[in-house]
Amino acid sequence: MVDTTQMTVSDEVAISIEKMNKWYGQFHVLRDIDLTVYRGERIVIAGPSGSGKSTLIRCINALEEHQAGKIVVDGTHLTSDLKNIDRIRSEVGMCFQHFNLFPHLTILENCTLAPIWVRKIPKKQAEETAMHFLEKVKIPDQANKYPGQLSGGQQQRVAIARSLCMKPRIMLFDEPTSALDPEMIKEVLDTMVELAEEGMTMLCVTHEMGFARQVANRVIFMDQGQIVEQNEPEEFFNNPQSDRTKLFLSQILGH
Amino acid sequence: MSDTHSQLAFVRTEMLAQKEPPVAEKGVVKWVRSNLFSSWSNSILTVVALYLIVQLIMNAGPWFANGIWSTNSLAECREILQGASGGCFSVLSERWNQLLFGIAYPDTQYWRPTLAFVLMLVAASPVLFSKLPRGMLIFTGLYPFLAYWLIWGGTMMTSIIALLGFVAAYLAFRKAERAGFSIGLGAGIIAAVVVWKVLGMFAGELSILPLEEVPSRNMGGFMLNMMLGTICISLSLPIGIALALGRQSHMPIIKGISVVFIEFIRGVPLITLLFVANVVLGYFFPPETNMDLILRVIIMITMFASAYIAEVIRGGLAALPKGQYEAADSLGLDYTQAMRFIILPQALKISIPGIVNVAVGLFKDTTLVSVISMFDLVGMIRGPILASTEWNGVYWELYGFAALLFFITCYGISQYSQWLERQLRTDHR
Repeated sequence: MVDTTQMTVSDEVAISIEKMNKWYGQFHVLRDIDLTVYRGERIVIAGPSGSGKSTLIRCINALEEHQAGKIVVDGTHLTSDLKNIDRIRSEVGMCFQHFNLFPHLTILENCTLAPIWVRKIPKKQAEETAMHFLEKVKIPDQANKYPGQLSGGQQQRVAIARSLCMKPRIMLFDEPTSALDPEMIKEVLDTMVELAEEGMTMLCVTHEMGFARQVANRVIFMDQGQIVEQNEPEEFFNNPQSDRTKLFLSQILGH
Repeated sequence: MSDTHSQLAFVRTEMLAQKEPPVAEKGVVKWVRSNLFSSWSNSILTVVALYLIVQLIMNAGPWFANGIWSTNSLAECREILQGASGGCFSVLSERWNQLLFGIAYPDTQYWRPTLAFVLMLVAASPVLFSKLPRGMLIFTGLYPFLAYWLIWGGTMMTSIIALLGFVAAYLAFRKAERAGFSIGLGAGIIAAVVVWKVLGMFAGELSILPLEEVPSRNMGGFMLNMMLGTICISLSLPIGIALALGRQSHMPIIKGISVVFIEFIRGVPLITLLFVANVVLGYFFPPETNMDLILRVIIMITMFASAYIAEVIRGGLAALPKGQYEAADSLGLDYTQAMRFIILPQALKISIPGIVNVAVGLFKDTTLVSVISMFDLVGMIRGPILASTEWNGVYWELYGFAALLFFITCYGISQYSQWLERQLRTDHR
């Protein structure tokens, strides 16, 4: 297997986050987040639940609004301007814990809807692209079924294909394997590894530490809305610096 | 060899053939046992129910069988029956046209509403059945103008000008939409008004296919119920969707208007609104404007139904997982696209039973117009027919007929909705 951690990362900035803060009412969820993601980087974000890791990546495509600080995605400054938000969202793909496929549309329609209406691509061409990516995630034969007829793993792979059909330059994964049966986790992770090998810029919130070791070139550990530690995976797992990280790693790797 | 072992050991040498189950466990006997006589209390209920059914058939049977269809008054019926039980159905055959079209619709023109009704079925079918060719929707779009001309009569110019106004509005909207939705809307309205004003000046000169004019006050019978029902349901659905979305809006003015409208209309009985339409609304307009009574009633019933439909659809919107909105957003779909392709198709599907509930209720509520002296089916029965010397006292036959007509229509709507729900199911098919 290719050790993707050795793959080259360009020095072009894909995402830059400066002093970003977010509150839910009185609750300060994200505190002074500073993060620069370079093109081609594969970042795994780990941390205990409630540490703000999902909220962080959801701020990047404005599913959550941040109240202070600056986010620039792919050269576009993320403000409350709807045009900028739509531009960023069409460049940034996202996969959710619960897949969020559209149950009233077939797999193929799920994959072609956004390219046709947002990218204004002709239907036929959009379908060809969709079939290409469905083949890539190894389920072209399910194209005319509905999401409800597929297994969880298959649905998540469709969700990945659906995002890829928009030809995004950045992919966000929000705990993509947390809602899956153990035997289906592998098929989804394999797809993500393949994507990483092609040089996609990826931010993954995940508890799959094996995936982090294999694919990531940076692991970020968050707690209480702050970035506590970040490092290359080898260093991060073998030589954690902060006590909080040590405790977390001992808890998830201990059994 | 141990004894215990030999007692436990067993080898089958011959396989058993399949046998019939005992009589009590199959066919009619089993069905009767499990459905009618499964316990003491059920057995008693079965016997009582059987007795009631037999009584009903014994009493109502002769009433139907001895029914008389061809006399000219109740007195004649009584003479023929000589005290025997029997329905006087002649009221239906003698007043058939009045029951369907009202008392004042010119009797040479009955073909017009009938044709309009048949064409309505054609126009509605591509909306109801998605497998029919989409081209038929063009006819659906033309139908309201055609139906207006058929039912109210007059020259066809009125309908054509109205149609041209809408076409102009649509074209202007498409042109100006790029500059923004509200600008497009404004341009559309201006274009329509200009077309109506300009062409309206020539309307008097040209007379295409003139039909005898029938004023609104001459509409009546079941035709009036059908007209009100169809028009109000088809208008209240889009308005209801708009109100439901408005209520979810983040824009305070739109949200405020929607909430106040819905809560106010839902808090007022329909009869009150109809009285407002009949009496009070006149005071708000200058004395020389004479707004058509049917139009006023349509506006009120539509407002009433759309408030209810809005709440039903809001329920559907709330039932959708938040992830659907997020997935649509994350793909870069804008608000209109997300609503049109993702949210509304699913929310409306969830709302079908509720919407049909409102539609059926609304259709039956159209009989309430009889209290503001419009002669719909019930108004006809209560007024002109039962008040006449010939038919005074024929309650069962007339109200039974009205019930039957409404039941057939409402049951049809309900069956269609269940069929539609099955069609739209996409899981585990």
